[in-house]
Amino acid sequence: MANGHSTAIGGPSSGGLMDSKAAQWVRANFFSSWWNTALSLVLLYIVGKTLIWFLGWGVFNAVWYGPAADCRAAKGIGACWAVFPEKWRFILFATYPYDEQWRPALSCVIFFALYVYSALRVNWNGRLPLVWIVGLLAIAFLMWGGTFGLSFVPQERWGGLVLTLILSTFGIALAFPLAILLALGRRSHMPAIKTLCVVYIELIRGVPLISLLFMASVMFPLFLPEGITIDKLLRAQIAIIGFAGAYLAEVVRGGLQALPKGQYEAADALGLSYWQATRMIILPQALRMVIPPMVNTFIGLFKDTSLVLIIGLLDILNAAKTAVSDPAWRGFGPDVYFGVSLIYFVFCFAMSKYSQQVEHELNRDRHR
Amino acid sequence: MTAAQAAKSTEAPMIQLKKLNKWYGEFHVLKDIDFECRRGQKIVVCGPSGSGKSTMIRCINRLEEHQKGDLIVDGIELTNDLKNIEAIRREVGMVFQHFNLFPHLTVLENLTLAPIWVRKVPKKEAEETAMFFLNRVRIPEQANKYPGQLSGGQQQRVAIARSLCMKPKIMLFDEPTSALDPEMVKEVLDTMVSLAREGMTMICVTHEMGFAKAVADKVVFMDKGEIVEANEPEAFFSNPQNERTKLFLSQILNH
Repeated sequence: MANGHSTAIGGPSSGGLMDSKAAQWVRANFFSSWWNTALSLVLLYIVGKTLIWFLGWGVFNAVWYGPAADCRAAKGIGACWAVFPEKWRFILFATYPYDEQWRPALSCVIFFALYVYSALRVNWNGRLPLVWIVGLLAIAFLMWGGTFGLSFVPQERWGGLVLTLILSTFGIALAFPLAILLALGRRSHMPAIKTLCVVYIELIRGVPLISLLFMASVMFPLFLPEGITIDKLLRAQIAIIGFAGAYLAEVVRGGLQALPKGQYEAADALGLSYWQATRMIILPQALRMVIPPMVNTFIGLFKDTSLVLIIGLLDILNAAKTAVSDPAWRGFGPDVYFGVSLIYFVFCFAMSKYSQQVEHELNRDRHR
Repeated sequence: MTAAQAAKSTEAPMIQLKKLNKWYGEFHVLKDIDFECRRGQKIVVCGPSGSGKSTMIRCINRLEEHQKGDLIVDGIELTNDLKNIEAIRREVGMVFQHFNLFPHLTVLENLTLAPIWVRKVPKKEAEETAMFFLNRVRIPEQANKYPGQLSGGQQQRVAIARSLCMKPKIMLFDEPTSALDPEMVKEVLDTMVSLAREGMTMICVTHEMGFAKAVADKVVFMDKGEIVEANEPEAFFSNPQNERTKLFLSQILNH
């Protein structure tokens, strides 16, 4: 299979196609023995078969546009992408008033802008929190409205991508400091603080997120004094922050423990206070050590926001599920989920790639 | 500080340990330690490993906690009071066996961090002081490198400079040359000798007997958590009194 493009590299004396570098590489890596050759061929067959099936289903036989009837005709043979041109507004914005959907769309754009802005290290300065506050205020204003000619949209009608972004952005942004405090508290010498943190971490980490969401939505209001209500989205948000915080705390603690004792001692010996040492010596080193498991938790949190469907919030996954409950499009769930999965994948993959880059840059001082 | 106070503090020992005791669980590491160090004195503490010598000097700046006895540093009694502990740590510099530089900060940042945040020195002034001391330890050209890019000897000299930037009244050295390759020991010892010549008060846990002979005012020998013998270097090396001292000296001087 390598013969087709190997002619160009052939050495002057060899002449034969099999002596080119590409051919040598292929032979060394795939056909070095009978066993390897057999394995390569079997794998090639499986991969090829899968790819051909996938291209047939997802591209050549897929229905890209048209009414549900076309999809029904192609069922089992080709994917039904036609559901997206039909339903994309509902999937992305859910029950937000149709004519006002530019507002969540713009909110998503602001979120993206904030992500990109924060990702650039030149912007890691005192202005960053300010930019976030302005961005979030703009999003709040757009989503709620009620002033400057924008109609008021209650939170019950928010949904789709923007809801997923709200839940995961606040989730990560607030779970992170919570986790740091919990991890520090768990290592504290003060028994009360230590016990409190241990109990919190073990308790929250030991129950499923779903049950926390349930408790937040059903039980929590029972404890509030009469007349005070906290809306469902905020309750779900608190549950997610609390849950992710407990998980993340153990990751951070891992970093704190991995740091050599000498670093703590040197900071102490120089007369730095606990918080000075923590902020300038301990955390910068501990956190960069745990970037991989930390991002692991962030990615998990991002996907876990989809569990809010059990308390009836329409995040992007639940919106997609609701979209295909339309009788006309019933039965095309897998196709829709596939499309929405791609959106999740793009976000998670971006996080993963970005974290690798940050890790590399922050560890520059380790390179000689 | 008034003149009267200054006079008074020169009379009293800079560091005073009275009947100091420490246990690690059941293990009695320090037994009734009586120890004094006056301003400008250079004391070398030696002894076999596990004798408690590092533990003793680590008690002085509260990296280790003692359970019984009194410890007074520069007129401040060391108790559980965090204020006192921080006050003492500001005045007492420490150099560690494993340097313990901050690897995520440049050499210059290592040197300026504590002066800026603890002593509240303006950044520019802190950097000037840092460069002054880097010159003193003869590596000003490494200021913007990271500790990981330096040799062991260079790192230890940076660590010494880092302590000096806090303008401490006392310097503690905890086996400063033990983790170094042999060819780097001298450059660190030279730095310490010149520091001693300038009148710094120093307590130094080390096995470098050449250093002890050259600069020490007093050599203290510890074994099994006790101070066995303390004397001026000449007498200590030529005429040790205790059997344990004799044994130790024969072991470290005879090769």
